[in-house]
Amino acid sequence: MTQEHAALQPTSSPSWSITDTPEGLCLTLGGRWKALSGEAMRLPDNAFSSVRTGTGRTLFIKTDDLGDWDSSFITFIWNVKQAAGRLSLRLDCQALPASAQRLLALLPDRATPPAPHQDSREGPLARLGGATLDVFHEIGTCTTLVAEVGHGVIQCLRGRSSMRLKDLLVDIWNAGPSALLIVSIVNFLIGAILAFVGLLELRKFAAEIYVTNLVGIASAREISAIMTAIIMAGRTGGAYAARISTMQGNEEIDALQVTGISLAGYILLPSILSLVIMMPLLYLYGTMVAIFGGFVVSMTMMDLSPIGYWLTTFDGVDLNQFIFGFVKAFFFAGFIALAACRVGLKAGRSAADVGIAATRAVVIGIVGVIALDAIFAVLANAVGI
Amino acid sequence: MMPDRDTLIAVRDLQLSFGPKIIQKNVSFDLKRGSIFAVMGGSGCGKSTLLRSMIGLLRPTAGRIMIGGDDYWGQDEARRTAINRRYGVLFQSGALWSSMTVGENVALPLEMFTDLKPDAIEQLVRLKLGLVGMEHAIDLFPFEISGGMRKRAGLARAIALEPDILFFDEPSAGLDPITSARLDDLILTLRDGLGATIVIVSHELPSLFTIADDGIFLDAVTHQPIAHGSPRDLHDSCTLPEVTAFMHRSASIPSQTEQKAEQHV
Repeated sequence: MTQEHAALQPTSSPSWSITDTPEGLCLTLGGRWKALSGEAMRLPDNAFSSVRTGTGRTLFIKTDDLGDWDSSFITFIWNVKQAAGRLSLRLDCQALPASAQRLLALLPDRATPPAPHQDSREGPLARLGGATLDVFHEIGTCTTLVAEVGHGVIQCLRGRSSMRLKDLLVDIWNAGPSALLIVSIVNFLIGAILAFVGLLELRKFAAEIYVTNLVGIASAREISAIMTAIIMAGRTGGAYAARISTMQGNEEIDALQVTGISLAGYILLPSILSLVIMMPLLYLYGTMVAIFGGFVVSMTMMDLSPIGYWLTTFDGVDLNQFIFGFVKAFFFAGFIALAACRVGLKAGRSAADVGIAATRAVVIGIVGVIALDAIFAVLANAVGI
Repeated sequence: MMPDRDTLIAVRDLQLSFGPKIIQKNVSFDLKRGSIFAVMGGSGCGKSTLLRSMIGLLRPTAGRIMIGGDDYWGQDEARRTAINRRYGVLFQSGALWSSMTVGENVALPLEMFTDLKPDAIEQLVRLKLGLVGMEHAIDLFPFEISGGMRKRAGLARAIALEPDILFFDEPSAGLDPITSARLDDLILTLRDGLGATIVIVSHELPSLFTIADDGIFLDAVTHQPIAHGSPRDLHDSCTLPEVTAFMHRSASIPSQTEQKAEQHV
């Protein structure tokens, strides 16, 4: 039937009209109804204002001049169906093409309002209360986590750990040797930049020799520790969070819990231990590379023997500076690993949640490390290192 | 009502919620020793949530779950973990630990909770994998095997510690009909062989009819169970429109169908 009318009026625009007949209201539809040709129409709200409506009246649909149609036609008919529902008209769609009738039957009489989000009705006070409870809950969870990991370490020292050595070695490899290249590049460049900028300034005071102290102290005390921590937060912290949240989505964490295998001992301990073991070592290595970077630049820019450079460096940089940096690297590692594991465990179960968890772990890791460093600076000042 | 001696799990007036949203309430049923119990219902009605509360992953907001006479959620965590030792759970996705080979997955619970020597463990791992037809995959990682194989490997891990209660979360979801029928056979064989009691969450009718001998039907609209009995009996004699629609695979429940028929006129 549709084809026949399409042949009659192949290119006319969609048209509709409502007339009042003795049998009831009559809606006449004609023309081509194609959504993609831009000829979509809506039934105006006042479409039935000029005719007599009321319960018991019937709305007939006539489609004698209907051409091709698609979704735009169904949209219009759905509008009619909803309007008929509102005005208590009985809708008679027998004249509609059979496929249109079937599609229309799928659509409800009235548009369903979108379901509200669950928490959208909470007032500001309830939200503040909720946030406060969340903070306390989070503090509690993190404390439990630290306690469990501490317990795991003690078990480990007693040789009764549930941790698999293989997991620890894999994590150590990922957190240590495979990070060497990026740690080298970054620290070398930082040392070189420090020496370059330092030399330019110190030259004005004929104090070029102090570039060894500048590079040595800056990298041993602050920069190598911070840069290494930032690299590890981005590299390893993000990876831990992504891995744990993927396990969450895959029900692996549930499987561990139901089996009764301790999460702390089994997943968290190898991750945290490996970072805590490797990062101080990476820091020491990074410091040496940074000093080497400074050395390379200084050799090209100043008149000093290579041996003289190294001697002045170790003369100027106290062992305490290295110990200070080493201790800091240790705490940074603990913080990064714990934060990443916590973020991963807290993550949701979808693919997007894995991305969010990884991002969050990196951001918390980097900001936290810098904040921790500030605390260390204050403490060091108080102690007098 | 006191559960009798044949009853292994008794659930009484259980209520499950996420925050203020109630998922299911007034859930009560008895699970006979050695039976296969089906938790049925449409998608999103709270079947998996009920399962999670029975295996200790979600604390119910009211009611009790009695496992062999102990109030499961009334115990402290250590005691619950001890009860969990009697459980074997097959998760929807298999939930194999992805950093380990299939063999190591099955071996881990044995290493953790028994004093067996490594070669005894290896023997057991081979046996369990052999039972599910996965012995060849012992050294493969979970990402190297197909979805159906992952489920079977998950099943081998679930039966590693000789559990007397097995939980299956949508065992046939995402499997083709043949693989799923094989899995059903396997579940029946294991029930008879191990003498385990099985709780199965599913909406796959063919598999429910084949294996389950008792069950409960959860309704997503009223958030409570509306029918009890084996899937077969519910199919043959239950007159509730929601249940008949589910059991006879019609696209809509009768009251809506009538409405639509009227609109066609």
